[in-house]
This record gives sequence, structure tokens and C-alpha cells, in this order.
Amino acid sequence: MSEEMRRDENVFLMGEEVAEYNGAYKVSKGMLDEFGAKRVIDTPISELGFAGIGVGAAMNGLRPIVEFMTWNFAVLAFDQIVNNAAKTNSQSAGEFFCPIVFRGPSGSAGQLAQQHSQTFESWMANVPGLKVVSCIDPYDSKGLIKAAIRDNDPVCMMEAEVMYGHTGEVPEEEYLVPIGKAAVRREGTDVTLVSFNKLMIPLQQAADELAKENISAEVIDLRTIRPLDHETLIRSVQKTNRIIVVDESWPFAGVSAEIAYVIQKHAFDYLDAPVIRLNAADTSLPYAPTLVEAYLPNVEQIVKAAKEVMYVK
Amino acid sequence: MVQNTKSKGKRSKKPTYTKETYLEWYEMMLRIRRFEERTLMMYGQQKIRGFCHVYIGQEAIAAGMISAIRPADAVVTAYRQHGIGLARGINANEAMAELYGKATGVVRGKGGSMHFFSREKRFFGGNGIVGAQIPIGTGIAFAEKYKGTDNICVTMFGDGAARQGALFEAFNMAMTWTLPVLYICENNGYAMGTSVDRTSNVTDIYKIGSAFDMPSEAVDGMSPESVHEALERASEHVRSGKGPYFLEIKTYRYKGHSVSDPAKYRTKDELEEYKGMDPVKTTEKKIIDGKIATAEEIKAIKDKIKVEIDEAIKFAESSPYPDPADLFDNNYVQKDYPFLQ
Ligand SMILES: Cc1ncc(C[n+]2csc(CCOP(=O)(O)OP(=O)(O)O)c2C)c(N)n1
Ligand SMILES: [Mg+2]
Repeated sequence: MSEEMRRDENVFLMGEEVAEYNGAYKVSKGMLDEFGAKRVIDTPISELGFAGIGVGAAMNGLRPIVEFMTWNFAVLAFDQIVNNAAKTNSQSAGEFFCPIVFRGPSGSAGQLAQQHSQTFESWMANVPGLKVVSCIDPYDSKGLIKAAIRDNDPVCMMEAEVMYGHTGEVPEEEYLVPIGKAAVRREGTDVTLVSFNKLMIPLQQAADELAKENISAEVIDLRTIRPLDHETLIRSVQKTNRIIVVDESWPFAGVSAEIAYVIQKHAFDYLDAPVIRLNAADTSLPYAPTLVEAYLPNVEQIVKAAKEVMYVK
Repeated sequence: MVQNTKSKGKRSKKPTYTKETYLEWYEMMLRIRRFEERTLMMYGQQKIRGFCHVYIGQEAIAAGMISAIRPADAVVTAYRQHGIGLARGINANEAMAELYGKATGVVRGKGGSMHFFSREKRFFGGNGIVGAQIPIGTGIAFAEKYKGTDNICVTMFGDGAARQGALFEAFNMAMTWTLPVLYICENNGYAMGTSVDRTSNVTDIYKIGSAFDMPSEAVDGMSPESVHEALERASEHVRSGKGPYFLEIKTYRYKGHSVSDPAKYRTKDELEEYKGMDPVKTTEKKIIDGKIATAEEIKAIKDKIKVEIDEAIKFAESSPYPDPADLFDNNYVQKDYPFLQ
């Protein structure tokens, strides 16, 4: 964000606790000092209002980054995201467009209970006019946020509360990671494992486990949910003939449902087993640790599913 | 029409309530204080997880409120709710077990720190979305009027929540439809790290009511007497069918916003100033100095609360966690709902 703010003075950051507190999760640490209160702006708790102010500012030539403390609170702002940001271009026949980034953590983060544990990729990806990015890889996150800020369309970026401490090589230099391209994290020949955001972690661990049993998994990180990278998915399935989708969305019309459709439509003849999906449980997430434990797909389940499609025990 | 005024706010030196009332307030405030202290301790030991916001410093509001309203009245508040829940009559055992996420908790370990609910105690939660309970409380009041009762709904929210659009929509409808709702803004000076004066030009939050011709006033929240006095008056107005009332109760939270907040945005002097008005200590002093009760009577209350909170910890510790199979419970009232697997 800071690199883009140095590069383009029309970029600014706005949200709850982003300035003086350095971000509820310290994402914007030091930015107020560097850019001043004109460009790093603390808002009241008024999600609908400040998201709308972002939309208006974007229509009028600025490039806002609107941070939601978490996407659960962005629900209050869905009117502005869905009814305005996503539709400005269409309803004005291109007279106006809306280059804005809405970002914040999405997904469960332990024992935060029902209202603070929701996953929003599939909700936002349902809306034409929005792009949806969801990635926890540190290198790619930098390239993706820079691409999102420069994008002329509204982009929703989903981060992960539990991954803010996740570290990796992030070069100082300038680079972009294109929106709409998945990453093959590991090449394999026997089964395709695909996911996004924090469930990439158990996915990679499952691939390690499978390797010990001589099952070669190809691991794909979607990185972008909308537009979905059909080509990378189809090419992988043409090679492995099997695919497991691990998705923190609820199952009904989740990201995994879309992938399953795409694969059966474009790679039906290549499939040696039905597409399997592992989702968050079809329920609101309660607080108790035993229930949190039972909510998300885990390494064991992914390994089991992979063996199932391989027809091995 | 009641004027929009800042109440005189001077704490009377002379006791004006009965001994029972003073002791009740004291006991309730002490119960909340000790409960919250143990909560912080147990959070430190990771027995309690997730977001956890304690009520320390604000106890006079819970105590003074409960004595002024009726058991049949409804109460709804935000996530900083342990104190309100206890004051509403949820017992310390069920409350502590809930924080532990145990099956014996007030909502069987499903809600945790932010979400206590009790139909029996007319406690409607426990809301984690800032400001969401403002229209909900208005709707609870709507239902009371609809059913023709003389119950009111006390709808509580923070200073931060006062900036949500939902407040303005709800206030307007509540006034237009003359609903029996008593709004209480617990102004503790901060919404996370943001002080009230950084969120609006209107720092006297009670003045928001005047935009709707809603009777509104500011109240000293560090003394149960002033809270009780204001609530008694306001609830009488609401109960008599005259429509909503808005109290901005000025208070202070002694701890950070949540367990993870070091609260570096405020000064030590400010904190000390408010600690000087500590509602638990001031009330104790008033009881003793005013000879309302004896030191022995105070000690008996202290001992009783200590036993009660120790017991709550034991109860929570020894209770079982919910069965993982309960994950799907209570998503629907329908018993055989076909969940996707
Ligand atoms: C809609 C929404 N936005 C943001 C948050 C995150 N959040 C939780 S508490 C809080 C501060 C609220 O302050 P206030 O209303 O003054 O209540 P207090 O914590 O002081 O009791 C914020 C921003 C949230 N829970 N819901
Ligand atoms: Mg506050």
C-alpha cells in the first residue's frame, strides 16, 4: 500500500483504527507518520457511510483503499459495494467507473463465535462488476494489492486474521501479481488439490503427507476468486484426472461449487473420479473449542479425500 | 416535553436510598468487578479465548439500571456484556462456564464472551456487530407495544456505536411510532483506540436525541444513585406511553478495549482521575461513612462474592465441553433440517 501511495498521490487509505492505532491488526503500521492525516484516515464506526464515501471519491478521480476491520463488518456496507461500486460502470454506461479496493480479513479465526467467523469470497464473487482476491502468500499479497490498487475496477481483497503474522520472502523491488491468475504451488501428477487463503496451509501439509505415500499432488492456490482462472484448473485436471477443492466458504453455492461446475463442464472426459469438495461446516460457527475444531477441513480429511479419489486405502 | 439537558450531575452527599438498595448495588458491583478480574486472569491462562471485553469501571451502570427497571423489561446490549448479564440475573456459574465455552454455560458454550442470552431473564444479548442492537432493541419495544404490555426495552450501546447509521434510522422510527424504548449510550470515552472527539463534532452524544425531539440527557455513570435516579425517571416516561428516552451515561473503562489492547492512546492521569471515582470504592466509602451499614456487613458481602466467584471458576473448570456433534444444533428451529455435508 505504501509503495502505491508513494507512486500515486490519489491513493489513500481509510477505515477504523487505520491511522493513529496503526491498524487493528497493525497492517497500516507507520503509514500515518509517512503520509499524514490527509491520506491515512481514521473513520468513525460507520461502515456504510465510509464505504459510500470511498465510492464517491473513486467516481471522482481518487483511488481509495477502504479497510474493514474484518469482512464481517463490511456486511453493513454491502449496499455501497454491491449496489454502487459494482454497478457504477454499468449504470453510467462507462461515464464513471469505480477504482476502489475494499480490503480486510475474512474467515474464521478461532473462538470468535458466529458473527466474527464468516467467509465472504463466494458472496462477493457472485456479483458481476466486482473482482475478488484472496491470498495469504506474503510475496503474492504484495503484488496483488498493488495490482488491485492500479486496477480500474472495484476489487475486494480478503486477508486472514490468523495469517497476519505469516512471514515469507517479500522483495523490496517493484512487481505486480496479475489478478485472475492462479498459482501452481507444487507440481504433481496424481491428484489436484486446490484452495485459497489460509486453507492453503493444511493443503500443503496434506500434499507433504501424500508424498510420503508416493501420491504426487499438484497444489493450486487460486489467489483470485473472480475472475476464476479456468485454464490453470482445467490444465491440471487434464494431467491428474482428479481434483479436490478445499474451501472455507459454506458449501451452498460456495467457491467449490463453481469449481466443480467448471471442471465437469470443461474436463468431464478427463475425470477418473467425482470432484470432491471439503468446505466449512454448513453451520454458523459457535464459540466452544470443540465446535471450532469440528468446523474446518483439516489435513487428515484432505489426505483421506485424496486417497478416496485415487481409490487407495 | 422533557428538555434536552445536561443533568446537574452533582452526586448527592446524603444517602437518599434505603440500606437494602445500597447494599444491593454494592454487592452487584462487587460481583461484576470480581467476576471480571477473574475473567482476565483466566484469559491469561488461555481458559477463555476469542474476543473478550470486560466491564471494569462501568459497574455502576449495571447496578443502577437493574434497580430502576422491572424483571419483565427487556434488555439488549453489545459485546461488553458480562456485567449487564450478571445484573440481569444470569448467575456467575453459567456466565463463567460460557466464557470457558462449556456445555453448562448460559448459551451452552455457543456464544462465549460476546453473546450471553436468556429468555427467562429477558436478556436479548450480547451483540458483536457494533450498533446492530439499536434497531433490534427498538423492534423488541415494538413487539411490547404491539402486544399491549407496559414493558419497556432498555437498549444499550457504546459511544462508538452512536456513529452508526442504524442509530439514526431507529431513533426516527421509535419516535414516529412512539415505541417504549429507553436508549442508553454508555459513553466510556473510547471506541477501541478512538476517543469520542475524533468521531464527531457532536461530543455530547445525548444531543443526538434532539434531532428527533427525543427527550435526552447526560448522566453521571460513576455512581449507582445517579444512574438509578435517571433511569427511574426515564423508564417512567417510556412506560407511560410517551415514547423513547435517551440517556448518555458518562463512564470509563479501566482496562483496554479488549484483552489484547494495551490502551496506549490515553494518559495515565486520565485513568487515575477516573479510578479516583471508582464506583465500587466510592459506594463502599459512602456506605461506611454514611453509616448505612457496618464494616462487618460489607465484609460479609465481600466474603460471599469471593465464594461465589471461586465457585463459578470451579463450576466452569469441571464442566464438559459441548460434544462436537452439537455443531449443527440451533441453526434452525426445524429439527430435521437437511444440512449439506
Ligand atoms: C460493525 C462493526 N464494526 C466494527 C467492529 C469492531 N469493533 C468492535 S468493538 C469496537 C468499538 C466500539 O466502541 P464503543 O461502541 O464505544 O463500545 P465500547 O467498546 O467502548 O464498550 C469496534 C470498532 C464491530 N464489532 N462491528
Ligand atoms: Mg466506548
